[in-house]
Amino acid sequence: MTTVTKEAGAPVPADAGAFLSVRDLHVSFRTEDGVVKAVDGLSFDLERGRTLGIVGESGSGKSVTNLTILGLHNPQFTTVEGEILLEGQELTTARESELEKVRGNKAAMIFQDALASLSPYYTVGRQIAEPFMKHTGASKRAAWARAVEMLGKVGIPNPKERAKDYPHQFSGGMRQRAMIAMALICDPDLLIADEPTTALDVTVQAQILDLLKSLQQEFGSAIVFITHDLGVIADMADDIMVMYAGGAVERGTTNEVLRSPQHPYTWGLLNSMPRLDSDLAAPLAPIPGAPPSLLTPPSGCRFHPRCTFQDRVGGTRCITERPLLAPDRASACHLTADQKHTIFVEEIKPRLG
Amino acid sequence: MLRFLARRSLGALVILFLLSVVTFLLFFGMPRDPALLMCGKGCTPANLENIHHVLGLDKSIPEQYAIFLHNIVLGSNDFTQGPCPAPCFGYSYHTNEQVWGTLMDRLPTTLSLTLGGAVCFLIIGLSTGLIAAWKRGTLIDKSFTAGAMVISSMQIYFLGPLALAVLVYQTHIFDKPAYNDFTADPVTWFTGLIIPWVVLSTIFASQYTRMARSSMIEQLQEEHVRTARAKGMSRRYVFFRYAWRGSLIPIVTIFGIDLGSLLGGAIITEYTFGLPGLGRLAVESVFFSDLPLLLGVMLFSATMILLCNIVVDAAYAFIDPRVRLA
Repeated sequence: MTTVTKEAGAPVPADAGAFLSVRDLHVSFRTEDGVVKAVDGLSFDLERGRTLGIVGESGSGKSVTNLTILGLHNPQFTTVEGEILLEGQELTTARESELEKVRGNKAAMIFQDALASLSPYYTVGRQIAEPFMKHTGASKRAAWARAVEMLGKVGIPNPKERAKDYPHQFSGGMRQRAMIAMALICDPDLLIADEPTTALDVTVQAQILDLLKSLQQEFGSAIVFITHDLGVIADMADDIMVMYAGGAVERGTTNEVLRSPQHPYTWGLLNSMPRLDSDLAAPLAPIPGAPPSLLTPPSGCRFHPRCTFQDRVGGTRCITERPLLAPDRASACHLTADQKHTIFVEEIKPRLG
Repeated sequence: MLRFLARRSLGALVILFLLSVVTFLLFFGMPRDPALLMCGKGCTPANLENIHHVLGLDKSIPEQYAIFLHNIVLGSNDFTQGPCPAPCFGYSYHTNEQVWGTLMDRLPTTLSLTLGGAVCFLIIGLSTGLIAAWKRGTLIDKSFTAGAMVISSMQIYFLGPLALAVLVYQTHIFDKPAYNDFTADPVTWFTGLIIPWVVLSTIFASQYTRMARSSMIEQLQEEHVRTARAKGMSRRYVFFRYAWRGSLIPIVTIFGIDLGSLLGGAIITEYTFGLPGLGRLAVESVFFSDLPLLLGVMLFSATMILLCNIVVDAAYAFIDPRVRLA
């Protein structure tokens, strides 16, 4: 279960039982144009064995959040505030040597573009074996054997021979399988998958998702699954967090968020998704406007410049006051609960078909 | 690999052939008659014609070119100066010595200067570049980058005399630069060349500093380098195993070009330090309209550059498994 707390104010103390707990996280980059507030007051929890789906447009802070969990941001240009607790271990202030022990061992990551994310200069087997040698102190031979075993587990035929190949000799789907083998070789408790299927075609995508699900059953890892594909998230996630402009705008279980979404941005996302069974003549309804610049984020509700429902709130609340995200199932919007329900049932749902 | 080498060597031969044709044509396009230089003062038309005949300049250009090629491959006994075994580039108009022999006399100087200099500038340039990349944004990085900028804007004919004035003539710390045969006395070989090496390497090293730094910084931002960090590999491991491997490609490319052109003769360095290398030979051959010598030096330098290029291309395959040689 995810618990996203309010955006501002005193951060709620970390839940003692939570496996991964992010509290009031702020990440900003110094750039030539100014300070970019990539993540602005984000909190969530994740339990073992659960999958949290993070959805949002490009630049909403999804990837930055997860790179920050593993400390993979460039410390020279980045300021991180807030808390990230992994099994009680504070990661934002951890030393590099401590982070190295966590990365690839307790928490591993799968990236979107497996071709760019695997080194072209070393064999697949070597790249998979490296973290095992590093974290368990295994010999080269033992690590290689383990890498071959992992390649077999993720469904690579003839793994003994294929381990000697270079990434460019693998197909796209096989490369992503190799990435997964690399991430899971040390049996991590947390797996962060950053759009792992975006670069793949649909049939391979389905295979990779099935693989991830069955491996999660086997290893019992918690998964943070980042995507902008709502279809994938419906398939994978137990809980969903919708992110917009560096903050969470809605969260709940997958069923709640997809069946009765409450936030105008989530409605927009659902509206802009093509469906096989919808009327062919009916145009897709993209969200008007573009994601805001995080150099100068909009005042009040970050979504107000693109929101078509702000007149229902009345006054200038949307422009002046940032809506808070209440605990548990909630959305950060000034509309009343009744308004959200009525608008969704009467205006949004019919269009979704 | 063998097929690659065979194909590239053939290509190199074609280039050398074209180069020799162009040089030949350019030479005969020059408004200077080499025979006139040999004839000296009080030159009579009969004398001049005789010299033309001895040098073979009275034959047609294609005919002269055919003889030239024939001599390279098979050698010749037609020269009045004596037999000329293959590869025969003939005898110098100016010194009357065999061109190939002269080249071989000058080669050790250029070879010592170039290889010694290359070792120095690679070690200095790459290590400072790597340190700057490792310490990116710090005072060390900034001073290395600035220093490299200042030095690379200098010239050998400025730094060279400066080094000579300070280190040789005023303080007498080092010997006056000279080429001494390595096999005869390695110590004087080393002391005689140390100043040319240092001066040559400072200028080249500064370029390698900047190149190694920028290429490493670029590689460190690659996604696969980030993946290696996400696996928990140490910063040092990621730096030297993942980023370094990728940044080798531009470095090897430039090094191949630099080494090839230096082996063909480091003209300014040789003149600055009075070293009798191939570079000086090239200038002299142009100066004296010495066609056989000119062709010899030219083709030798071109061969060096082409050879280095083939070696560089072969090296790509070792660095990057995606490059296949066929």
